[in-house]
Amino acid sequence: MHHVVLDHWSRRHSVIHARDARAKLAVAILLLAAVATVPVRRYVDVAGFSALLAAATGLARLPLLGLAWRAALVLPFSVAFAVMSWLSGDPGRAASLLVKSYVSAFTVVLLLSTTAFPDIARAAEWFRLPRPVILLMQFVYRYLFVISEQAQHMWQASQCRGGARRAGRRRHFRAAAGALSVLFARSYERAEGIQRAMAARGFGGRFVTLSRWRFGWADALFLAVSVMAIAGLRSFEVASWTR
Amino acid sequence: MHIPDGFLSTPVWAALDAGAIVGVSVLSRSAGREVEETRIPLLGVMGAFVFAAQMINFPVGPGTSGHLVGAALLAYTLGPAAASFVMTAILAVQALVFQDGGLLALGANVFNMAFAGVLAAYLPYRLLRGGNTAIFLGASLSVLTSAALAMGELLISGVPIRPSLLMISVSLFVVSALIEGAITLAALRSLRALNPAWVKTPGRFTRVETLAVGSVAIVLAAFGVMLASGMPDGLERLLEDAGVAARAKPIIRAPLADYEAVFLRSEWLKKASAGLAGLALIYTLCLLAGRLLARRGRS
Amino acid sequence: MDPVIEVRDLRFCYADGAPALDGVDFALMPGETVAVLGPNGSGKTTFALHLIGLLHGEGSISVCGKPVRRENLSFVRRKVGLLFQDADEQLFMPTVLEDVAFGPLNLGLAPEAAGERARAALRRVGMEEAAAKAPYHLSAGEKRRVALAGVLAMDPEVLVLDEPTTFLDPPSERQLVALLRELPQAKLLVTHDVPFARALATRAVFFERGRIVDQGPLEEVARRHGWLTES
Repeated sequence: MHHVVLDHWSRRHSVIHARDARAKLAVAILLLAAVATVPVRRYVDVAGFSALLAAATGLARLPLLGLAWRAALVLPFSVAFAVMSWLSGDPGRAASLLVKSYVSAFTVVLLLSTTAFPDIARAAEWFRLPRPVILLMQFVYRYLFVISEQAQHMWQASQCRGGARRAGRRRHFRAAAGALSVLFARSYERAEGIQRAMAARGFGGRFVTLSRWRFGWADALFLAVSVMAIAGLRSFEVASWTR
Repeated sequence: MHIPDGFLSTPVWAALDAGAIVGVSVLSRSAGREVEETRIPLLGVMGAFVFAAQMINFPVGPGTSGHLVGAALLAYTLGPAAASFVMTAILAVQALVFQDGGLLALGANVFNMAFAGVLAAYLPYRLLRGGNTAIFLGASLSVLTSAALAMGELLISGVPIRPSLLMISVSLFVVSALIEGAITLAALRSLRALNPAWVKTPGRFTRVETLAVGSVAIVLAAFGVMLASGMPDGLERLLEDAGVAARAKPIIRAPLADYEAVFLRSEWLKKASAGLAGLALIYTLCLLAGRLLARRGRS
Repeated sequence: MDPVIEVRDLRFCYADGAPALDGVDFALMPGETVAVLGPNGSGKTTFALHLIGLLHGEGSISVCGKPVRRENLSFVRRKVGLLFQDADEQLFMPTVLEDVAFGPLNLGLAPEAAGERARAALRRVGMEEAAAKAPYHLSAGEKRRVALAGVLAMDPEVLVLDEPTTFLDPPSERQLVALLRELPQAKLLVTHDVPFARALATRAVFFERGRIVDQGPLEEVARRHGWLTES
């Protein structure tokens, strides 16, 4: 499964994995912004950005092809619009859509493959993103797999009891709605259980965190080098397709 | 409906990112009790539930099935403020963990689905005082609004969408909207049967709220018209390009044709008043429809 | 020696009026391990929830000499550690270390001290390697041990364990037994698993319909109610 692989990769050890999550998040956003702000019919420095991302992947000791494949998730959507642009007589935009969306997707995949999700959430909080959203993200992430598994089991059990073929579509629809509400009920009960467990360990109304940020010279170096590379690539225009 | 990175033009994604951040911050300050930290586990688990619920298949036709989007369901069970938060968290997790939607485009997706989608679901629900029609209408409008906004953002960014494809997309949106309405209604009915306390009964639209919503609508109409006055619509431009515009003949001479009330003199005032007149018409129709449905619901 | 837990005439009804506890008297001495047996719905879990003040009934409960009342709840929850039946509900933080440190942080410890306590607790249960892992990736037995670490990190005097062997395979169960044997705290084992109880407890109480209908040596109580499968 996609997220399992990324999560697995994020737990490896490398020069990149060891870097401060805040630095990695900042660099990722900067890279995304650099790619996104290139004017549409200008040539996005594919070679340059690709080399940068490939180098980072290598330093992170991750399989380049594996990441490239995972980033390709975005392609069906982009290819459709690219084809449309081409047919509308705008090949510049077609290329731009393909390149930008793929490079951006690769960047996010690389970020998730080198930084555990909870760390990304905490880094976002450090950047002053609203606390309720951060806490919610962490809880959603924590329980999303548990409840999805539950949903899957319920689905399998219902299939065992004579799936879609014999039952009419209406009954099947109602059964699915029933399954949804049962899942809701179980989730609600689970939430109550969690609140009890929190109270049992003295929860006083506010989540207190274990602060473990440590920004060392290696992180500063990483940040400096990345920013310079990205800025350099962005300001360097290889060619432009005028329209 | 989740817009990936690389599609939106810089002013669009930057403005929407800023707007989304401001929106969430304002919301967290005003929502207060609704998102206090003891409620977080419940909201988080509900978010995870929506994720899982999106996996359940609802058969809608030969070989086709639909899925829940969830903004409406969340709004009706948690309230609109909490629903917006949960949707934002869901969208963030989708963007990061599953790369469903871009990171820079997250602001746009949050605006479309967590703000507009939830609002579009909740307003009819509140206006019509709950009830099955309100649920179906709200859920459908929620999906339609989010999709329309996404399309709009793509168009403004200059992504070419041919008229034929636009028509296909719009019909797909309508179909998903209807599916969402049906699923949300069915789910809420089952929920009410399990435990009526889970579905929020909407309070009356207070005077202040009616005034607020009304004012916002009026301001939007007036200034939106001003902005739109110079530039032909993306759609119109496409039609122009495709040479269709010349062929379109007015079928009915509408009294407010081309959004100008001829009998007023100032250019802006003409368009604005036409917009306002249109708004007043829609408001009156909704009010009458609402009263009619409410009466039917009570009997 | 004063009992660490003393319950007198505890009565409790659910919101719909159904009686859950109908006059329970109980005492737990320091260092003792007592098994709480009884059929489903007999009130065992409800009883456990009362001991840390998550439910409030009539009658009196005192923990280490103090009555379980709203003003003493933080004291009570420090002294009595409850291990819930569903480990997934108990491990709600993003990583193992953060979860085990949750209790100490709530007690007011500084982050470094809380982190140290958490690591020590994880070492106690043999899960120190898993500190940076996400709870989702742990097996049932591992989750159980981490949850126990989370409770131990608060340094309680009493451990209440609600069906701790659910979903555990025999090796994990043996591991849990060995672990619990080494802990000095008084323990209350709410369980269906008689062999498990036998390995740890000498005394047992038997719940039925909200009251304790029998108590005494574990083997005798179990045999009297047909809970002991003869080997």
